[in-house]
Amino acid sequence: MARMKFLCDSERCIECNGCVTACKNANETEWGIQRRRVVTLDDGEIGKEVSISVACMHCSDAPCMAVCPTDCFYPTEDGLILHNKDACIGCGYCLYACPFGAPQFPKQGAFGARGKMDKCTFCAGGPEEDPVLEEQKYGANRLREGKLPLCAEMCSTKALLAGDATEVADIFRERVVYRGHRNNAWSSVEHEAAESEQLAKNAADLAYDATQSV
Amino acid sequence: MARYQSVRDIKAWLILLLVVLMALPATVLAQQGADARREAFQSMPGTQPDFWRDAVQGVSGRTQSNSPGADTLIMVEGERWREIRNQWISPGGAIALGGSLLAITLFYLLVGKVKLEHPRTGRKIERWTRWDRTIHWFVASLFIILAITGLSILYAKWFLMPILPTSVWAAWMTAAKNIHNYLGPLFGLGVLAMIIKWLKHNFFNMTDFKWFLKGGGIVGKGHPSAGYLNGGEKVWFWMIVFVGLTVVISGLVLDFPNFGQTRETMQLFLIIHAGSSLLLMAAAFGHIYIGTLGTEGAFEGMKTGYVDESWAKQHHDLWYDAVKNKTKS
Repeated sequence: MARMKFLCDSERCIECNGCVTACKNANETEWGIQRRRVVTLDDGEIGKEVSISVACMHCSDAPCMAVCPTDCFYPTEDGLILHNKDACIGCGYCLYACPFGAPQFPKQGAFGARGKMDKCTFCAGGPEEDPVLEEQKYGANRLREGKLPLCAEMCSTKALLAGDATEVADIFRERVVYRGHRNNAWSSVEHEAAESEQLAKNAADLAYDATQSV
Repeated sequence: MARYQSVRDIKAWLILLLVVLMALPATVLAQQGADARREAFQSMPGTQPDFWRDAVQGVSGRTQSNSPGADTLIMVEGERWREIRNQWISPGGAIALGGSLLAITLFYLLVGKVKLEHPRTGRKIERWTRWDRTIHWFVASLFIILAITGLSILYAKWFLMPILPTSVWAAWMTAAKNIHNYLGPLFGLGVLAMIIKWLKHNFFNMTDFKWFLKGGGIVGKGHPSAGYLNGGEKVWFWMIVFVGLTVVISGLVLDFPNFGQTRETMQLFLIIHAGSSLLLMAAAFGHIYIGTLGTEGAFEGMKTGYVDESWAKQHHDLWYDAVKNKTKS
């Protein structure tokens, strides 16, 4: 069985927030709820700025599921973590446990009135028989229609990948092989001056590559 | 001849000019290409090792999202909170509550009820005023409600959820959370009133020290002397003051998330709240036992306000000596 995953290739993400808009539009989320966001580190620092798109990562060992007092989360056959809004009491524990800030609440009121938690469903809807109700509560169920999450489908640079983890990994591996691993991918050594011409060429190739389909 | 020569010269010059003109754009383009590469390199620097190092340490950046903590890429504290809650608080609380119940049961089976040593005289002494009793039962009933709803939030998914249909389960949990959140502040007010009302009786003295040495009557022969409140009651009072107020204050922080508390703050106060309230519950089991099953004649004091003369003489002899003239039959 396929295990669905997101992967954001931070070397391609240009912080256009297209994924955020696509998600909001596909799922018609409540006011104030943004299931996906783009975080930019070292914003504005030339040569250091990196952006990455984040939403629910559908963890294999999901912290939200582990701390939920009503056990409203459940894993699907595709390895997605979905939740039942009928059982959600809005305690906020999932938000306090989630590393990615994925759970969102429509309110943040006195006496802990938060409303029902909302988060990325990988465009897979939720536990509701009636498709109309399902769409109202959980947003689009594109997976049922054989489509991938809209955020990834609409990503203009194909930075955000979604789908079967093995396929996503293959695409990313191919990219890494093509770009070169730059020796220092995990080391502390900074780019050396001699390398920079090659790196610039790689980056230019990458920019071209980004305009082509994957 | 010279004419042809000049024509050939002009031709050569023209060709040279053409060649130069044709080469020029190529050079310009080549220069532009180099700039574009440099720009691309600058705008897409590649994911540096520092990026991942910072990300796994919980670095913050900039985002368009307004939800609290959205600018943090990975909130690393969540995993620690999960571990403390699920692997320490939950089992620890169960052990504390279970251990307390077990100890009380064993004590009841081995030692049994503390009976009145002398038959009732029928003369009653007022021990708790109407105000005392109102505050006590206000706090006590809220305590029980908050304990049941709070324990539901911590444990019910292990034993209630499997036996209830989802709709009933969801309704109960929603009710539990709302009851807990709305009654919590009232409990806080009650505890505050209780502390203010009873503070004056609860300073420790030498009598209490001797009372503790005799284990409240368990160790050695004869019942130790005690004033209006004995050492054990005073300990329970100070537990309410310190542990109870911890529960109340941490609860208020959790109950009003509208002041922009960060996730890290909420994690900390959830741990404090759960830990201190479980401790208070484990201790309350003892208090409830002593006040009802464990001591003959004690419960009527908090129920009617009056205790029997022989009960007062047995358990609070110094107080009895002070108030024995105020008995009513």
